[in-house]
Amino acid sequence: MKRLAVAFVAGIVFAVGLGISGMTDPARILGFLDVAGHWDPSLAFVMVGAIAVHLGPAQWALRARRPLWSDAFALPTRTAVDGRLLAGSILFGIGWAIAGYCPGPAIVNLVAPSRPLLAFVAAMLIGTGVFRASEGHAMDPVCPPSPLAPRPPSRS
Amino acid sequence: MPHAFVNALVGGALIGLSASILLVLDGRVAGISSVVGGLVRARQGETAWRLVFLAGLLVGGAALVAFRPQALVSHAAPLPAVWLAVAGLLVGFGTQLGSGCTSGHGVCGLARLSKRSAAAVLAFMVAAGLTTFFIRHVLPVSS
Repeated sequence: MKRLAVAFVAGIVFAVGLGISGMTDPARILGFLDVAGHWDPSLAFVMVGAIAVHLGPAQWALRARRPLWSDAFALPTRTAVDGRLLAGSILFGIGWAIAGYCPGPAIVNLVAPSRPLLAFVAAMLIGTGVFRASEGHAMDPVCPPSPLAPRPPSRS
Repeated sequence: MPHAFVNALVGGALIGLSASILLVLDGRVAGISSVVGGLVRARQGETAWRLVFLAGLLVGGAALVAFRPQALVSHAAPLPAVWLAVAGLLVGFGTQLGSGCTSGHGVCGLARLSKRSAAAVLAFMVAAGLTTFFIRHVLPVSS
């Protein structure tokens, strides 16, 4: 329960951060990507602020034996820069620039849905599902044995 | 304009805080495309936290509607839904093939100093920049 509360709070804070930063407005995204036009560089500072806060905890996580409230970290294990990584990222970049939505802001915007947004999210889920269904769990990071599954009461 | 920079920095800090909460307490990476993708054929015990996190995103969105409605008002020129659908397919498929998006690679991965994420961020930023250039400055119908 405690761990689900963590996920819930993290989701709320994430969405509020996206909204305050400007990431939820596709026009701002496109203004940021349009380096040759009336470039709006402000959104670069979203990454600056996020990494400034997350750098310490992330480095701690790489060295710590386990998270504070669960048994193991579920961190990506792949290290190779390969064709899939680059091809997938390029496809994502193209889609991001067409719509002005990346996955997080698209989901947050669902509370004020519009027809274009719904078309985007539906297609995004289809694209996700098609890939995942064909790949199984090949892309998943190694995960600890189901920490949220029922288990005997313990003090951890 | 300085206002926009401060908001970006503060909002970004909140995103970093969210990623830190999830990682330090629960050991999870706050990469939205992976949170969503992991719902497909999820392992036992791997579904609930994802749904709860996504519910949190929507609750946060509702809070924005209440306290900062301008955040969710799109100022983008409306595109035909078919283009949004094409974009959605590319984003959905591409983030799964590339193992992450702006949050997973751009925040979480970079903060771990992952070379893989650095390469991914470079790839999607360049692709997005070129695509925007093409749409706005090359296509005849650009605005």
